Amino acid sequence: LSEFALTGENPKYKTTRDAASQTIINLARKDERIVVLDADLALSTKTVRFGNEFPHRFFDCGIAEHNMIGIAAGLATCGKVPIAATFAAFATGQVYNVIRQSIAYPRLNVTIYATHSGISVGGDGATHQMLEDLALMRSLPNFAVVAPSDATETSKAMEAAIENPGPTYLRIGREDEPDLFSDFDDFRLGKGVTLVDGSDLTIVACGTMVKQALAAARHLKKEGTSARVIDMHTIKPLDGALLEKAARETGAIITCEEHMVVGGLGGACAEELAQRYPVPMRFIGVNDMFGESGSAKDLIEKYGLAPKHVEEAARAVLLAARPAPAPRPAAASGRT
Amino acid sequence: MAHADHHTEDLLRDLALRAARLRKDIVQTVYDAGSGHPGGSLSCIDVLTCLYFHHLRHRQDEPKWSDRDRLVMSKGQASPALYSVLAMAGYLPHDELRTFRKANSRLQGHVEIKVPGVEFTTGSLGQGLSGAVGMALAGRLDKKDYRVYCVLGDGETQEGQIWEAAMSASHWKLDNLCAVLDRNGLQIDGPTEQIMSLGEIPKRWRAFGWHVVEIDGHDHNEILRAFHEAEHVKNMPTLILAKTVKGKGVSFMEGSLSFHGRPPNKDEYVKAMQELDDMIERAQTMMGVAP
Repeated sequence: LSEFALTGENPKYKTTRDAASQTIINLARKDERIVVLDADLALSTKTVRFGNEFPHRFFDCGIAEHNMIGIAAGLATCGKVPIAATFAAFATGQVYNVIRQSIAYPRLNVTIYATHSGISVGGDGATHQMLEDLALMRSLPNFAVVAPSDATETSKAMEAAIENPGPTYLRIGREDEPDLFSDFDDFRLGKGVTLVDGSDLTIVACGTMVKQALAAARHLKKEGTSARVIDMHTIKPLDGALLEKAARETGAIITCEEHMVVGGLGGACAEELAQRYPVPMRFIGVNDMFGESGSAKDLIEKYGLAPKHVEEAARAVLLAARPAPAPRPAAASGRT
Repeated sequence: MAHADHHTEDLLRDLALRAARLRKDIVQTVYDAGSGHPGGSLSCIDVLTCLYFHHLRHRQDEPKWSDRDRLVMSKGQASPALYSVLAMAGYLPHDELRTFRKANSRLQGHVEIKVPGVEFTTGSLGQGLSGAVGMALAGRLDKKDYRVYCVLGDGETQEGQIWEAAMSASHWKLDNLCAVLDRNGLQIDGPTEQIMSLGEIPKRWRAFGWHVVEIDGHDHNEILRAFHEAEHVKNMPTLILAKTVKGKGVSFMEGSLSFHGRPPNKDEYVKAMQELDDMIERAQTMMGVAP
């Protein structure tokens, strides 16, 4: 882990989109099956660099996402390894049924690489703040769904997505993220990572919310609460074993995601734990509402995604998990 | 794949007999299943017959042969037509057609890729042409000379994604791509021109940068000539506008809205089989084969 992840000091910010883009280029130099598609957002998703190096293997489809997804599927049937890139709102909701029929059902090896997810997109407002994509993509059979937390993990997740023989949805945000990992040799799709050990409760987070979970855990420690933090980068397939272990050992779970609380990481963890080992849970996420324009910082605060919100949830879940002992029955003296 | 511009009488008689037998397979398959889409299967069967039994470069014993021509059946409800053709070509046992639309069968209600010989999963309309564009791009990247064909329904071209794909195919100058528009004029709710007019189809496709060939979609000679012409068009994709009759070959299904998506009942089935047996017999007589 980085110094920042351990102490909250000296954050080193990196653009996760740069990491994703560079990883695709590095792999494409060795594997000529890799092709990239974009839909007029190559400058934002950073796939433009791939296009500069491999002009014949880069297809800018214009503002036509349905066609982009279908072309990616057609390329995959011919043995290509396509990565289709655009903003999360357009990469999922806009084209859901094309993904469903042309990619998910035939189980084609396509990576959908979505940037600009979540409320921290900021000024573009609710139309561009995709908060339902994890729910949509998680519901599709055959799809793996991954939401990495920093540049290093994004790079690892992209490698894993391309290697995964089935379809993968890889989701990142727009903002630069502080390095959490100094290195990461054993990244595996479907295997969560315990970042901080703890015994009183567990905070399970993905994507941009992992850093908030770490900050909350540090603050809770000062109050004497020992919080475990898990980076659950893969929402599907979910690491149920790691989750159950956390539930058994700490007795309370909080999930954190820059997504609706409905259907995303929180929903996935609740479904798993309800059957494996139910414990009190709280869910940090956007609560059944659309976002709005604003700075990422202001919106994170307003929509309940800051470390302090995680800490409040921690206090609440602890109370539910270990209620204060009931007051003793009143003394018999009142009786006659 | 034959390139001759002139097609021998022997070839045309062979195709006529095959098309007649395939029409019978379609009606039988839909009748056995108790559901399915006979009308749009019968309208495109002549195009499929010409492709699979003459024009297309393919190997039924090696469905994944990398140099094969690809066919995307974008109108995935015409599965009885494609599955009947694949069975006749030897991709699947003919008896398997009897499992169509039944539990545990490979032959789902709509076309899907797990069936040998099928290139792309379709059913929800409008998606196949994009897949065909991807295959054509892959062929170009791999410096292969295979061609990609895509059969579109006419009502299907009301989908916006078709026009996104049409735009991209001409943008990338995909002359290895040829779409066939099965212009039978009917969609579920009525005639296309009443439901949502397709207007002057050749003009629209030409405006999108396509070479357009208009043919009678039941005339095998014209169909083969059109495929041949498309192979010689450079720097642009070709659309073959195949004017067809929904339900073609069964008198009471021709031009019928009702047979878009329902099977014949017992009486209709008997009558249809009699008509198609007669058609087969005529084709055999033409070939000098004893019925």
